[in-house]
Amino acid sequence: MLSYIVRRLGYMVVVLILISIVCFYIINLPPGSFIETFATQLEASGAPASQAQLDYLTVRYGLDQPLIVQYWNWIIPLVTHGDFGFSFEWQQPVWSLIADRLWLTIIVSLVSMVFVYAVSIPVAVYSATHQYSAGDYAVSFLGVIGLAVPNFLLALVLLVASARLFGITPTGLFSPEYMNAPWSWGRFVDLLIHLPVPVVVVGLAGTAATIRILRSQLLDEFQKQYVVTARAKGVPEGRLLFKYPFRVALNPIISTAGHLLPEIVSGSTIVAIVLGLPTIGPLLLRAIIAQDTYVAASSLMLLGVLTVVGVVLSDILLAVLDPRVRMGRSN
Amino acid sequence: MTELLFDAADGPQGGHILSRGQIFWAKFTRHRVATVSLVFIVLLYVVVLVAEFVTPYDPFNRHVGYLLAPPTGLQFVDTDGQFHLQPFVYGLKNELNRETFQREYVVDTSKRYPLALFVKGDAYQLFGVIPTDVHLFGVEGDGKVFLAGTDTLGRDLFTRMIFGARTSLFVGLFGLSIGFALGLFFGGISGYFGGTVDNLVQRLTEFLQSLPTLPLWMALAALVPQDWTPTQVYFGISTVLAVVGWTTLARVVRGKLLSLREEDYVMAAKVSGVSEARIILTHLLPGFTSYLIVYLTLAIPQMILGEVALSFLGLGLRPPAVSLGTLLIDSQNIQTVTLSPWLLVPGGLVVLIVVAFSFLGDGLRDAVDPYRT
Repeated sequence: MLSYIVRRLGYMVVVLILISIVCFYIINLPPGSFIETFATQLEASGAPASQAQLDYLTVRYGLDQPLIVQYWNWIIPLVTHGDFGFSFEWQQPVWSLIADRLWLTIIVSLVSMVFVYAVSIPVAVYSATHQYSAGDYAVSFLGVIGLAVPNFLLALVLLVASARLFGITPTGLFSPEYMNAPWSWGRFVDLLIHLPVPVVVVGLAGTAATIRILRSQLLDEFQKQYVVTARAKGVPEGRLLFKYPFRVALNPIISTAGHLLPEIVSGSTIVAIVLGLPTIGPLLLRAIIAQDTYVAASSLMLLGVLTVVGVVLSDILLAVLDPRVRMGRSN
Repeated sequence: MTELLFDAADGPQGGHILSRGQIFWAKFTRHRVATVSLVFIVLLYVVVLVAEFVTPYDPFNRHVGYLLAPPTGLQFVDTDGQFHLQPFVYGLKNELNRETFQREYVVDTSKRYPLALFVKGDAYQLFGVIPTDVHLFGVEGDGKVFLAGTDTLGRDLFTRMIFGARTSLFVGLFGLSIGFALGLFFGGISGYFGGTVDNLVQRLTEFLQSLPTLPLWMALAALVPQDWTPTQVYFGISTVLAVVGWTTLARVVRGKLLSLREEDYVMAAKVSGVSEARIILTHLLPGFTSYLIVYLTLAIPQMILGEVALSFLGLGLRPPAVSLGTLLIDSQNIQTVTLSPWLLVPGGLVVLIVVAFSFLGDGLRDAVDPYRT
């Protein structure tokens, strides 16, 4: 067991290093650099920068160095003392830009995951135990819709509906008075009030998928001999369900948690842009467009880290719960 | 299995045995929703291929005085309560509301324009070669028919939606063929050779799958240079979607190959000195063609959703290119879309397309599964 965990963690470190290289490389692939974006901005504002100024900035930011040196200059301070570099566009350290957004991203993702399981498990159990009932058909239909509606479209529809019906648009994660306030009890409550809309929008597709998987797993298990035997021996239905088939059916749910998290993080990126959430997604989009290298690479990397850590955690959880996985892997 | 062979024939003792294709078709058509979806998808592809003819206007024609006009209602009964078999539309007037001081569109019931078939309108070239100006339907004179309203520049949204669907449906196909080639190649070498190659490819797919797709797409889409022509951007974006999306197929192919290569007939072929490429292509590939078809059907909507999301964010196709994604860019402005909710109609078409492909995929999967009757 311990060796399995150690191996998974070692593998995680390798993947994280790879992610950092890939992120930095991809972000630097587009031709041009922030200096050009900056020059165009200045030109548009009517005060073009001189070539000497631009050259100075290029050297100052180390953009004249080969890519591998730039990568080194980014990754070493990051690993040694958590310094994510400097944002060209915002003129402040990347970490101060990202810190709050990172926490909010983690909160939105985790709450969305909790929402997915809190809704999908009871619904799937109901749907499987009442197969072919009206409720079951309703659940299946909603599931298809949930998987087919792009979540940003759902966010838009919700915004429009609430604007037309109630005259308010539920955007952002905070009311204006708490927007830039330090953390306090009031700010926390304010966050809780704003969370439901983004969480439902982000979690819908995952909920639909999880219901689908769990329902078909349960139905498969119900067919098996041991269920028939238990029933013949007079085990009460409720106890039978939760003691045997439910436990077996939970396994694929835990193993797919590793896929669910990347999906949620991915989905929340675009939903955050539509709903104006102060998470990493909108920052990443802006940084990509402005070629703000360190912000873009760091945001992309943090989103990657978030999912990889989640995948490894779900692998370990699965090994703890399922002896077959544990035995199979440690041999 | 034997029961199944006679399934759609004249009963268990019946005379003729069905071919594989016939069994497949019989099983598939039993799935009603999937059959309806297939019809819908085929119709849609036909419609978008002759988009110029089916739609009443040119997609870039700005109708002056009709900015953000609401959808035109088709009428059958006129103000006198008289029923007309031929549907008609009323005229539209732009008036200042004296109470709110906002410009609004008011239906002008004094003007009636019958909806006609084969109406002459904007000139176009069918299939790019046949010059004509006949449209499937439309209204004559100075009446206008906007089935889904108009956009912020006064262009007919229904027309643009059909043209957008053309782009989006084919982005799906092109991206898919690249992803398909990548998935087959990596899955193929991984499953057939096994060992170190397998290990490397497995780590690569795991790595790609553990990254959140959309941020990766966003970063890669930034690679498409700003000064590319719409056609180049179109191929660039499809490639980006494919480069990230081939991993699922690679896994399926690998799994199938791993089990198939242990079969006796493969060993027999090897012993007879058949080349490896030939074994893969003629002995192994037919064994899982059906799974590939199912995968392809289920992967198309993913490609379409990817294009829509990227274009919506401004990282994919860019106007003047018309796609379902670029049509939704207008709806990013909450104020505009709240006053003109029909701007979201292209989103509805996206949902319909995705639902149809998923049902079709489900139906195909059930039909190719030999254990399901």
